[in-house]
Amino acid sequence: MLYRETGQFKTTYLADMAIFPIRQDYFLMIGILLFAYVIAPLVMNDFWLNSIMIPTMIFALAAIGLNILTGYTGQLSLGHGGFMGVGAYACYKLTSYFPDVNIIIHIFLSGFFAAAVGFVFGLPSLRIKGFYLAVATLASQFFLEWAFGRIAWLYNYNDSGAIEVSSRTLFDIPIAGASAEPVTRYFVVLAIVTFLTWIALNLVRGRFGRCWMAVRDMDIAAELIGIKLLPTKLLAFSVSSYYAGVAGALMVFMWLGAAEVESFDINHSFLILFMVIIGGLGSILGSFLGAIFIWNLPVLLRAIPDMIGVNIGAATVEHMTFMVTGALIIFFLIVEPHGFARLWQITKEKLRLWPFPY
Amino acid sequence: MEILHGIFIDPFITMYELPDLLVQVLWEGFVAGTLYSLIALGFVLIFKASGVFNFAQGIIVVFGALSLVGLHSLGIPAFVALFLCIGIMFALAWLVEFTVLRRLVNQDPIILFMATIGLNYFLIGFGEGVFGGEPKTMITAELGLPTGAFDFDILGGLVSLQQIDITAAVTAGVMVGGLAVFFNKTRIGRGLRAVADDHQAAQSVGISLNHIWIVVWFAAGIVALATGVMWGARSDVSFALSIVALKALPVLILGGFTSISGAIVGGLIIGISEKMAEFYWGPLVGGSIESWFPYFLALLFLWFRPQGLFGEKIIERV
Repeated sequence: MLYRETGQFKTTYLADMAIFPIRQDYFLMIGILLFAYVIAPLVMNDFWLNSIMIPTMIFALAAIGLNILTGYTGQLSLGHGGFMGVGAYACYKLTSYFPDVNIIIHIFLSGFFAAAVGFVFGLPSLRIKGFYLAVATLASQFFLEWAFGRIAWLYNYNDSGAIEVSSRTLFDIPIAGASAEPVTRYFVVLAIVTFLTWIALNLVRGRFGRCWMAVRDMDIAAELIGIKLLPTKLLAFSVSSYYAGVAGALMVFMWLGAAEVESFDINHSFLILFMVIIGGLGSILGSFLGAIFIWNLPVLLRAIPDMIGVNIGAATVEHMTFMVTGALIIFFLIVEPHGFARLWQITKEKLRLWPFPY
Repeated sequence: MEILHGIFIDPFITMYELPDLLVQVLWEGFVAGTLYSLIALGFVLIFKASGVFNFAQGIIVVFGALSLVGLHSLGIPAFVALFLCIGIMFALAWLVEFTVLRRLVNQDPIILFMATIGLNYFLIGFGEGVFGGEPKTMITAELGLPTGAFDFDILGGLVSLQQIDITAAVTAGVMVGGLAVFFNKTRIGRGLRAVADDHQAAQSVGISLNHIWIVVWFAAGIVALATGVMWGARSDVSFALSIVALKALPVLILGGFTSISGAIVGGLIIGISEKMAEFYWGPLVGGSIESWFPYFLALLFLWFRPQGLFGEKIIERV
């Protein structure tokens, strides 16, 4: 009853190709956007915005990037933490060379540097497949980590070896740096994430997305029906790293305020991969659900002992968090290997019939 | 011009002029290589038999070494502790099979891979919670492992070979030999090879996949325990080892995921070339190139042989 397309007639091709063909989806989307843009900033305090909403958005963006590569094109990458770093360091260098240009422009530009690096490290994908490729992408991860730590030019030769964000303004409102309010930063992140998500949604259902999915399903067959593997795979690598790069730049400039090599280590690559797998391979919605789950699970687990009034040491909580996260990941993989996106599909099927049995 | 000179000429002059140094570097590389090989061996065993890319192998190495040290610190004699550890490895193999593998049969390889990363997280949390996160000293003397060094006065200099390194190399050799006998001469070994060849066919002639998986994970666990002891004796037993263990991955792609001899040869190639590169070419770019050089070397090999040096030929059908 609730989720029925009955009576919603499409009279034009344009309506048939709309991004939300069913009215319920449309209303749901408006509801989510309303929540994100109006309700969340009104009711949430700085802690919520800073340690939950902003990082979730940023990691969702990175997860969309990896999902384009792994979920839609079928190329496994363990190097996305490194690509995020490329975006962050590129943005840092851009702001130090061109301090007058607006930070938003820098953030969008820095993605292109990440895309270029992703392009180069995507070249082996033409010869190598599957887990061999995954290990090959580890090469990029370790090389980039090394470069961030060793090439002093990247962090402007300062002694700490870290990159720090100075204050930046947009229309005279500080949006980055120490003086920026969490709410302003939240709006900037949200706007960029919304825009790039909209682009991604349209990319994957268009010509490019279809080519990617054909390559994912069987690359030899895709080649036989006339899809050029070289441009398709490299485009996927570039677009994917672009998203990772923008996410990395946002992470440093809108959330952390400072970063060093450890902010982009291999654990972050795995974190993003978890978001994609748990959320659902080949689903933009899944990237968001995965990011929400994986990012907030440790936050929640750390808060639980306080809530129920048990007093245990910080170290124990940390170990428990690791154990429970690991166990829950395995649990979710066993229960639903196709991720949250699949659960949502099942729910939609159920809602179509509800409350009637069939 | 100066840079080219530094890359192509100077290192070789140094090698020629100081042959004792070269021998020492080669030995260091050989020892590092044997340890990488041992970790890679664990990966290969599991990948061959169950098609699982077991990311947790590195942490199992740490876990084995940690439980050995932990049990000994409770006052249990070293050799009893060693046997208890083998028991722990069996329990771990059984638990993994029972809780994870059995329930993820027929899933995509990537799902199984992610499950092993989940296992990785779980074991890190569990290990740190039980044994504490600080580095520990391996009980080398109590296990009767030699600790001295042989010094050779050759090639116009002093070359020093640690006895523990020689033990590690011998252990690696014995393990590979033992596994070869186990695979080729025993009933279970034949079952293992059958499962590795074709899961369904093996099952249809009455080989129990679940048993085989437990055996394989147990074997990989014992290899991991031995690796942990050897590695722990060289440096400390700490969770930093699990990052170093990632070096086994380029070894794997170099040697091929399914070849035991590939793991050994790949390990030696990676170990020796990484030490050589670090020592002779590292200073040109600021050092620490050990962290990524093996991956690039492996990539270079892959460019010419996408299935690794000893891997089975990949045949694709449409």
